Amino acid sequence: MDLDFSVIPANSELLWEGIKMTFLLTGLAIVGGIILGTILALLRIAKVPVLAQVAAAYVNFFRSLPLILVIFWLYFLVPLIMGQPVDAFTSVLVAFILFEAAYYSEIIRAGINSVSTGQLAAARAIGMTYPQAMRYVVLPQAFRAMTPILLTQAIILFQDTSLVYVVGLRDFLVSAEIVANRDQRLVEMFLFAAVVYFVICFTASLGVKQLQRRFAK
Amino acid sequence: MIEMNAVNKWYGKNFQVLKDCSLKVAKGEVIVVCGPSGSGKSTLIKTVNGLEPINSGDITVDGVSITAKKTNLDKMRSSIGMVFQNFELFPHMNVTDNIKIGQLKVLGRSDEAASEKAAELLERVDLTEHAQKYPSQLSGGQQQRVAIARGLAMEPKAMLFDEPTSALDPEMINEVLDVMVSLAGEGMTMMVVTHEMGFARKVADRVVFMDFGEIVEDAKSDDFFGSPRSARAQEFLSKILNH
Ligand SMILES: Nc1ncnc2c1ncn2[C@@H]1O[C@H](COP(=O)(O)OP(=O)(O)OP(=O)(O)O)[C@@H](O)[C@H]1O
Ligand SMILES: [Mg+2]
Repeated sequence: MDLDFSVIPANSELLWEGIKMTFLLTGLAIVGGIILGTILALLRIAKVPVLAQVAAAYVNFFRSLPLILVIFWLYFLVPLIMGQPVDAFTSVLVAFILFEAAYYSEIIRAGINSVSTGQLAAARAIGMTYPQAMRYVVLPQAFRAMTPILLTQAIILFQDTSLVYVVGLRDFLVSAEIVANRDQRLVEMFLFAAVVYFVICFTASLGVKQLQRRFAK
Repeated sequence: MIEMNAVNKWYGKNFQVLKDCSLKVAKGEVIVVCGPSGSGKSTLIKTVNGLEPINSGDITVDGVSITAKKTNLDKMRSSIGMVFQNFELFPHMNVTDNIKIGQLKVLGRSDEAASEKAAELLERVDLTEHAQKYPSQLSGGQQQRVAIARGLAMEPKAMLFDEPTSALDPEMINEVLDVMVSLAGEGMTMMVVTHEMGFARKVADRVVFMDFGEIVEDAKSDDFFGSPRSARAQEFLSKILNH
C-alpha cells in the first residue's frame, strides 16, 4: 500500500477550520456547562427542598440519556416544537451544555462538600451573606480542588464533540472524513485524525496529572 | 451588651443541647465559659451571633434581638467578631486579603482604607512581616492572631472566642493569649470559651460553667476559683487545675 500524506498539507485550510470548530464547541460547552453546573450544584445544596429536587431530577434525567440522543433531540425535535429551524451549531452547543452540566454539577457539588463547614461559618461570622460566602470563600476553594476532575471531564468532552457529525456540522473529524473520501486517502486521513486526537488528549491528561501533583502538596 | 434569656436549643427531636440558658455580658466585660467536652459551650457561643439558630428564648446584642424577624442577621454578625478553634482563615487568600475581604465586601470600604486597616492590625498582632504569606505558611499561633485581626478589622462591638488556643502547640498559646489580654485591657467586650484558667483568673470578670447544656454556675472569677458552689464545677476545676 502506498501512503501519501501530502493530502494533509494540501487540505490544511479545511482541516484547520475543522479543528477550530472542535475547539470552539469544546470551549463554549465547558464554559456553559460549568456555569449551569454550578447553578445546579448550588440549588442541590440549598435548603429549599423543591429547588433541590428539581435540580436532582435534572441531573438524573440527563445522566440517564446517551449524549447522542440529546443531540438528536435538540436538532430534530426542538425545531418541530418551536415551529422554526434551529441552526446546527446552536442546537449542538445547547445539547452539550445541558448534558455536560449534569456531570459538572455532580463534580462541583462534591467540590463544595469538600470545603469544611467551618469555612462557611467563618465567612458568615464576618457578616457575609450566604451568596457572598459562596462566591468569595467556598466556591474558589471548591474549584481549586476540582480543577483536575473538571479538566479530565473536558478531555472527554473534547472527544465527544466528534458526535456532531450526526447533524452535519464540520468539526475536525468530519473535515478529515470529507478529505478522506474526496481524495480517496482514507488510511492517511483517519491515521492523521487519530494522531491529532491522541496527541491533544494525551498532552492534556499529562498536564492534569502535573496539576494534581502540585495540588497534592 | 450581650443578653441571653432562657435559651433552649435542640438537635433533632430528642437531644436538647442548651437548656434554659440565661446570661449577661455587660459592655467591656470579659466572661469565660468552661465546662466538660460536649457540654454545649461551642453551641452556646455560636447562638450569640446567630450561627446556630435557637428554638426558644431570646438573645440580644447591643439591644438588637437576633430572633426578631426584622433584624438583619448579616449586618449584626459583622459587628460581632468570632474566633474559631481551628482558625478558619481563608486558605486561598494571603494574610492581608484575609483581613481585607470582610471590610471590602461587607463594610464596603475602599481598597485603600481596607489595606491601611489591615496593615495597622497586622502590626498590632506583630505579624507585619508575614502580610503577604498564605495561611498554610504560618504557624498555628500566627494563624490565630491573623484570625483575631480579621475579626477586629470589622470594628466589632464584641468578640467571641471558641477555644482559641486548644488547637495550638503549648509554646504558641501565650502569643495568642497576650493579644487577648491586651484586647480585654482596652475594654473589648469578650465571651471566651477556654480551659486556660490562668487567662480566666487574670482577665475574666466572670466565669460561666456549663454541664449537660445547662449553665450550672455563673460567678465572679475570684469566687469561682475561690469556692465554686456546685459540686460539678468543683470536680471540673480540680481535674483541670491538677494537670
Ligand atoms: N450539628 C449537630 N448535630 C447534632 N448534635 C450536635 C451538633 N453539634 C454538636 N452536637 C452535640 O451537641 C453537644 C454539644 O456540642 P458542643 O460542640 O456545643 O460542645 P462543647 O462544649 O463545645 O464541646 P467541646 O469542648 O468538645 O468543644 C455535643 O454532645 C455534640 O455532640
Ligand atoms: Mg466546642
